[in-house]
Amino acid sequence: MPAVRAEGLTKMFDGFKAVDAIDFQIEEGECFGFLGPNGAGKSTTMRMIHCGSPVTSGKLEVLGMDVNDSPRQIKQVIGVAPQENNLDPDFTVRRNLTVYGRYFDIPNGECGRRADRLLEFMQLSEKRDEMIPEISGGMKRRLIIARAMMNEPRMLILDEPTTGLDPQARHLIWEKVRELKRQKVTVLLTTHYMDEAERLCDRLVIMDHGKIILEGRPRELIDRVIGADVLEIDVPGDEMEAYVKERGWQYERTIDRLLVYTDQGQRVVAELKERFSMSYYLIRNATLEDVFLRSTGRALVE
Amino acid sequence: MTLLSNISWRSIALWKRNRDVFLFTWKTNFLPPFLEPILYLVAMGLGFGALIQADIEYGGRSLEYIKFLAPGLVAISIMYGAFFECSYGSFVRMYYQKTFDAVLATPLSLEDIIAGEILWGATKSFINATIVLAVVAVVGFSEMPGLLLIPVVAFAGGLMFASLAMLFTSLVPNLDSFNYPFFLFITPMFLFSGTFFPLSVLPGWGQQLAMALPLTHISNMARDLSYNIWDADMIIGTAYIALFTAITFLGSVYLMKKRLVK
Repeated sequence: MPAVRAEGLTKMFDGFKAVDAIDFQIEEGECFGFLGPNGAGKSTTMRMIHCGSPVTSGKLEVLGMDVNDSPRQIKQVIGVAPQENNLDPDFTVRRNLTVYGRYFDIPNGECGRRADRLLEFMQLSEKRDEMIPEISGGMKRRLIIARAMMNEPRMLILDEPTTGLDPQARHLIWEKVRELKRQKVTVLLTTHYMDEAERLCDRLVIMDHGKIILEGRPRELIDRVIGADVLEIDVPGDEMEAYVKERGWQYERTIDRLLVYTDQGQRVVAELKERFSMSYYLIRNATLEDVFLRSTGRALVE
Repeated sequence: MTLLSNISWRSIALWKRNRDVFLFTWKTNFLPPFLEPILYLVAMGLGFGALIQADIEYGGRSLEYIKFLAPGLVAISIMYGAFFECSYGSFVRMYYQKTFDAVLATPLSLEDIIAGEILWGATKSFINATIVLAVVAVVGFSEMPGLLLIPVVAFAGGLMFASLAMLFTSLVPNLDSFNYPFFLFITPMFLFSGTFFPLSVLPGWGQQLAMALPLTHISNMARDLSYNIWDADMIIGTAYIALFTAITFLGSVYLMKKRLVK
């Protein structure tokens, strides 16, 4: 049974299509990423999956259950770590977990045991008696993830889990997500950080304007859309661009750079060097960020 | 009744959340309902009441002003307990603390959350009114056995004022907007619901207007029970509370869904 199955999934807000008839399937035990610029529809999709927003049309099944018919049953077995910090400021760190566990009808004793175990897991044991406003942003994110795990979910939804965190805190969260993957928990992830998606996701989709524009494994997508290497040339001339175009190489011209996508970076550089003076250039491995920018465009989304 | 089909016993979990916060800060929570009636009894009863020589005729009994006033204070605490909790309190939890959003990701439905909040609001009325009642009863301004039923009225009346407050909570754009329901409904009720003076001094239209106000019925019931006056007020009041609660509860569920489900 797939963890999530969507067919023609659509969400309308006052005549505006936030999610436009998308199809996807997430298998149990995989880490699946939703990427896309702001307003692409990824958070809306996540909210429909955790029954926080009604589906306008199409079919959406979570762990074999229809979101329209069984929201309580679905919410009982999934964990949600929202983008927004909505920890309960009226309680201590530990109490946030036990009170949350009670919403799942978990007995008090068991709530306490799970809370202690999760605080340990997220390295928050020392902060157990602190109030929420007193802990750092990174700790809040970890606590939100710990809270999402109180009901020992079969599927965990992480909506931008590392936004605004320092590198140490990000790496700690990545470690924990990998540990969950080893425990065969299905993880759904949205992120703006392509390195994060590349490290964590088994498969991902890139969304734009409510539609899925790319789907696949991170490495596969890089190979398919970009190739092995990216050659970045500073301050290119129009003749150089014309030459690259004539040679039939995949390229992109930004305001101050020429990006050539190729599997043979060294050979392309040698060829260009023969004909043009290049003050500065760089050959680097293609990344998911290249895929993202190439597929969703470089224009700012406000 | 599709509006009610999503309410379940799970709303108790939300009630418990609010109870836990209340008990966590119990020292600040128990003091005001204990001190406030004493201040009112001294200022209004002993101070202002000293100017009132004649006894007040009420339900066939003749009461000193301070004895007339005391059950009114219980009624006021019923109104304020639930109304504050489900207006400012619920709005802060919904809008600033995002507590509703967090709980919505658990098996609770939005309807469970609203029901849990209203149950808690009624519980606040029950707690506050019982404390006020204890103070009033100790000085003899509320009598056995009728006073034993007042906490029941407090809970039922609490449900009514909590539902009314939730209705406003579902409508107001920000915290400051609660000034309107307070200025337009709560303060007039506080003053004109037979709390501080008997309604019989008002002209006929004034009395009829007062009978439309929820607090009038709570105030009548609290006073009748305090002095063991058994008349139609109890039946009329019970019917009024039931009807008013049903309408405002359904309205608040409907409007809250409209506000939060996107």
